[in-house]
Amino acid sequence: MRPRSSFRVVRFAAAAALGLALAAGAQAQEPLKIGLVYVSPVGDAGWTYQHDLARKAIEQKFGNKVQVKYVESVAEGADSERVIRELAQSGHKLIFATSFGYMNPTIKVAKGFPNVAFEHATGYKTDRNVAIYNARFYEGRYLAGVVAGKQTRSNVLGYVAAFPIPEVLQGINAFTRGARSVNPKAEVKVIWTNSWYDPGKEREAAMTLISQGADVLTHHTDSTATVKAADEKAVYAIGYHSDMSKFGPKAHLTASTHDWTNYYLETTQRVLDGKWKSGAVWGGIKDGYVKLAPMNPVVSKETQDLVKKLEGEIVAGKLHPYAGPVKDNAGKERVPAGKTMTDDEMQKMDYYVEGVQGKLPK
Amino acid sequence: MLRLELRPAPSAAASLATPLVAIALTLVSGAILFAALGRDPAEGFRAFFVEPSSSAYGLAELMLKAGPLMLIGTGLAIGYRANVWNIGAEGQLVLGAIAGTGVALAFDESDSLLVLPGMFLAGALAGAAWAAIPAWLRTRFNANEILTSLMLVYIAQLLLSWLVHGPWRDPQGFNFPQSKLFAEAALLAPWFEGLRVTNAFLIAIAGVAIGWLVIERSFLGFRLRVSGEAPDAARYAGFDAKRAVWVGMLAGGLAAGIAGVAEVAGPVGQLTPNVSPGYGFAAIIAAFVGRLRPIGIVFASLLIALLYLGGESAQIALNLPAAITGVFQGMLLIYLLAADVLIRYRVRFGHRRARA
Repeated sequence: MRPRSSFRVVRFAAAAALGLALAAGAQAQEPLKIGLVYVSPVGDAGWTYQHDLARKAIEQKFGNKVQVKYVESVAEGADSERVIRELAQSGHKLIFATSFGYMNPTIKVAKGFPNVAFEHATGYKTDRNVAIYNARFYEGRYLAGVVAGKQTRSNVLGYVAAFPIPEVLQGINAFTRGARSVNPKAEVKVIWTNSWYDPGKEREAAMTLISQGADVLTHHTDSTATVKAADEKAVYAIGYHSDMSKFGPKAHLTASTHDWTNYYLETTQRVLDGKWKSGAVWGGIKDGYVKLAPMNPVVSKETQDLVKKLEGEIVAGKLHPYAGPVKDNAGKERVPAGKTMTDDEMQKMDYYVEGVQGKLPK
Repeated sequence: MLRLELRPAPSAAASLATPLVAIALTLVSGAILFAALGRDPAEGFRAFFVEPSSSAYGLAELMLKAGPLMLIGTGLAIGYRANVWNIGAEGQLVLGAIAGTGVALAFDESDSLLVLPGMFLAGALAGAAWAAIPAWLRTRFNANEILTSLMLVYIAQLLLSWLVHGPWRDPQGFNFPQSKLFAEAALLAPWFEGLRVTNAFLIAIAGVAIGWLVIERSFLGFRLRVSGEAPDAARYAGFDAKRAVWVGMLAGGLAAGIAGVAEVAGPVGQLTPNVSPGYGFAAIIAAFVGRLRPIGIVFASLLIALLYLGGESAQIALNLPAAITGVFQGMLLIYLLAADVLIRYRVRFGHRRARA
């Protein structure tokens, strides 16, 4: 069994076993209809692309036992509720809503379809037939930071980021702590784009960071613009979401990627077996949800070995990117030495750690 | 060869026939498109046009989606007829949503029946105020309102972003950028359990009716039209060009502001970073496909709404990628607009053939 992390919000989640209803015998021969809702087009790389890889894995593994449909580019507003409802209404028994903004619509629709299993990515509300899943992206970020810290010559790292929500801050801070663990002089500069997907703005932000001396960039946005910009200006970049090496073969050192395959396959299996239950999963490298993409050969063997070793320590639970002492960049101690930040504290992160320059936009 | 000849007067017959021509062309090209992708064209059309409109839920969704389009489209048309180009309805909608949310959050504890009217009033005023900026810049500095109103869309969106990331962020919401869910008194009640259409649709219809009176039946509408079609004549007749700008911009802003409140108080139920699925821009298309006449805009809005819903159901039913549904939607709109050329021009064959 996969360990299920205990969000405080799980108070919403009654552990009612939905499986009974799902197992209703008659459907045994019919394929299980699965629907996915994507916030952007699938494209060649990025958030949605990773979910779509997992969808393909479902089709490959379960063949004609399942019938999988997806709807892409569904805006996170009133429209998403209709799409989710339509999927439920047209007989889809397992629905993956893959963006945070689908949370309230999913909860609303789920009330009307007690026999449908809803899976919502990255949110915090659950219900008896709504489970949530998320990945510990920050673990990959920490390792990426180690690579960046080793590789930089200017000791200035650049970070193109979308919105100052906890998930993004966890990434920035873990990246910074990773970099400074091997290079205490490393500093991180952040530029906010206020958009998850805006290649023009992302590129501009990347260019600005480069002109401010950053020689390793990374990003928490959906396009490949940052990697491309780095490639053009002959600096390094670390991709996010997907392996972005083909968009900047020289620049791309590695990427912190998500892999939902394990989760989607297991969830599908549970629904097929009539054993699906609501819950909250926050999996990391150990669970295979977060991975580093293959390293660029310019990364030294020594660094690669170090990253491997640290990865092993994270998996073994010996290393935590937020093990104390953690200080914010105003000098305030957030986690004392000897303690480790709790999941709850991470979920509420609203500061930069030491080593990040500037102030958070409020 | 083919050439176009100006008709002495716009043809009434052609203006009835062109939508049919456009639909016929869309069906033919759509059939080719679906067939080329290996899908049954009949299935494709069924998914696009029949599926979304063949259930009570589908019809309610159609109204939910078409309501804001027709309301904003009519508001914009008042300006467009006077050659006042408000491209920023999206921003005015956002301001309406923000102001409506402000009222909703301020009276969070109240269960007064006045909360909703207060939200709509605040939203309408905020939308109009946002539209007043380009109107003022135009009348005072002769700044092009196409640019200024469009720029203000981005400012409005950043303002919205700041609010939901900052002061209005739900304190219980794990720092995610959205306001708390509105209290019951700040929400429009659906007409029927399980459907999402609310009185906002009636407000939209009322708005269209008022727009119709202004455009087609009032002296004000006549003056606006003259200002647009013959500015010199309007000046000669003593019609105030500045007033046309003000009326034109404010009408669009007012309508968009109301539509913004209807979104947050209706299907969304809170303020989120993306309250509008682009209604402010789609309404521009609705206005032009409807030939800037309120009745036409109603039908155009229903059609555009149907295409949206059809696009989703085509993805679900046929596994078509979103881009293909976008191509199909664009095709219909382009044919509709392009066929309009036949109203003013007639097609002639052959007379001035180039020598081989």
